[in-house]
Amino acid sequence: MSILVNKNTKVLCQGFTGKQGSFHSEQALAYGTKMVGGVTPGKGGLIHLGLPVFNTMRDAVRETGATASVIYVPPAFAADSILEACDAGIELIICITEGIPVLDMLNVKHVLNSYNVKLIGPNCPGVITPGECKIGIMPGSIHLRGKVGIVSRSGTLTYEAVHQTTALKLGQSTCVGIGGDPIKGLNFIECLEMFEADDETEAIIMVGEIGGSDEEAAAEFIKSNVSKPVAAYIAGQTAPAGKRMGHAGAIISGGSGKAEDKMRALERAGAVVASSPAGLGEAVLAAINLKIK
Amino acid sequence: MNLHEYQAKTLLQKYGIPVPRGQVVAVAKETVAVTTEIASNAWVVKAQVHAGGRGKAGGVKIVKSASEAQVVASELLGKTLVTYQNAPDGQPVNQVLIEETLPIARELYLSMLVDRTLERVVVVASSAGGMDIEEIAQNSPEKILQEVCDPLTGLMDYQARNLGFKLDLAGDQISAFSKILKGLYKLFKDNDLALLEINPLVVTTDGKLFALDCKMSVDDNALYRQKALAEQRDWSQEDSKEAVAHHAGLNYIALNGNIGCMVNGAGLAMATMDLIKLHGGAPANFLDVGGGATAETVTKAFKIILADSNVKAILVNIFGGIMRCDIIAEGIITAVKEVGMQIPVIVRLEGTNVELGKTMLQTSGLNIISADGLTDAAVQAVKAVLV
Repeated sequence: MSILVNKNTKVLCQGFTGKQGSFHSEQALAYGTKMVGGVTPGKGGLIHLGLPVFNTMRDAVRETGATASVIYVPPAFAADSILEACDAGIELIICITEGIPVLDMLNVKHVLNSYNVKLIGPNCPGVITPGECKIGIMPGSIHLRGKVGIVSRSGTLTYEAVHQTTALKLGQSTCVGIGGDPIKGLNFIECLEMFEADDETEAIIMVGEIGGSDEEAAAEFIKSNVSKPVAAYIAGQTAPAGKRMGHAGAIISGGSGKAEDKMRALERAGAVVASSPAGLGEAVLAAINLKIK
Repeated sequence: MNLHEYQAKTLLQKYGIPVPRGQVVAVAKETVAVTTEIASNAWVVKAQVHAGGRGKAGGVKIVKSASEAQVVASELLGKTLVTYQNAPDGQPVNQVLIEETLPIARELYLSMLVDRTLERVVVVASSAGGMDIEEIAQNSPEKILQEVCDPLTGLMDYQARNLGFKLDLAGDQISAFSKILKGLYKLFKDNDLALLEINPLVVTTDGKLFALDCKMSVDDNALYRQKALAEQRDWSQEDSKEAVAHHAGLNYIALNGNIGCMVNGAGLAMATMDLIKLHGGAPANFLDVGGGATAETVTKAFKIILADSNVKAILVNIFGGIMRCDIIAEGIITAVKEVGMQIPVIVRLEGTNVELGKTMLQTSGLNIISADGLTDAAVQAVKAVLV
């Protein structure tokens, strides 16, 4: 098994005919993702990349039976796209868009909470189950199907974790980029819970960064709910306080959100914490060996 | 993006929140007209910089006469004010705000922010005004009051009353306080603020409420729809290299070390800084060039890194992703030639066609060191600055 997506997941793309939407849909199709069409308002009826284009998500879902949708629209239209997907009955929404105003996400989350829907992102690379389904902007070629579940707030650090677990022949079950925004969809805890329940996942890598307290909350969750080995890395040990480090959510403010506190919390929860981003592969091996003993 | 106190107070007034009468000036002699227009026993002259701790740093002074106001203003204007928050560099004072003084009975604390865990706008208040909220949180957490706003209904009157009575306000003050809070909530939402802090909110001896000081920051992601606020941005308050980078569409933050960093992705950029530190070096900056890493963006990034004279070597760390490593290598080579690079450039590439990319770098005949992996890159960079 895997989590969230597999070879049967039918995927739509919002912002389908745009530059980003076209490029990454083409990549996804080449990877074998079951893309079934896309939405660009006003371009309904066209065929793009061999797939139907619809004016609205309601039309697209009705005609294709898709359950997942990936969003590549500009930030000003992203809140609308997320809610349109939700209204159309999509179960898994993956929002790649970076730069959405936080008050938009606050309202969006308020609405999503009354639906049975999962949102991944925004400001994230997406989700991939190697060899079956790639939704997002990650390079498919570095992945190897295997036993490590990866969840990360950073895109390129997810690729580092993938690269290292591929090199060690451990491979990945599913990789989820939850994104670098302060208000987002799935968080560490929901992903840890799914990985814990997934038969194929034998170990978990969690990549966090400065800002907020999601890693501390995840540590608490791991302590009482995760039996599988967990390795972790927290980016931003050298980041100055009060500065936003690229991601909207990566900021140490008022003495909270420091990398050191997150690392200690995860260590206390029994995770193997790598001090270097180059040590993620070794850390997950160490975590697996610890559990065997 | 931060606003100056005077800009924030203009917004407060627009939303009906009482502030002391005042006027901002950029030229010392204009204080004469201001002190004439605003009748008061004394005035306060406040340096306008984007940092807290102005009072202790000598940036806020009480004056008793028009001539004294002019002297103080001329001392402050053009000066670099160094407070504990912006030390060691400080920030330039290009304007001072002249305000009437008020007879203060009590000082309260009030702020609004987006709580990322609750996913709500939260109002924070305390009777211990005038102090840092972190200080209050540490010394007397019981004095911190909080109300969580529902996005649908916004801040309700009962929530304002909850806070008002706990702050020992009474009579007319409760409705005045409620009106202030509702105005602030509307202001917060209308202007896409990330933080609004009034510290202190004062109660005067005749029982009136005024916002004596105010700090506002706007959500950077919302600046595309807050054009009027974006135009008020004062670039003089920001690191000059950061300002140039911002205009070039790059994410750059200046640090104190001597190893320049150019990385794709914010997380990897932070991790690269950590890695340099771990191997005994010191990063000169955070720089995320994004997914593209074309010759054009790399050239821009190099120029910004090189504007920092402390930089003795540059570490380029690119995880190719969908873009092929040979194309990235070509971009780096072009950029190194274009800027006439004098210092060593250590490059770590990963992704599709990595071997071809590395070969291109090694055979370029330029001062480029191609590293094998993350750790090797950091070790090489640290070694390069020790030479």
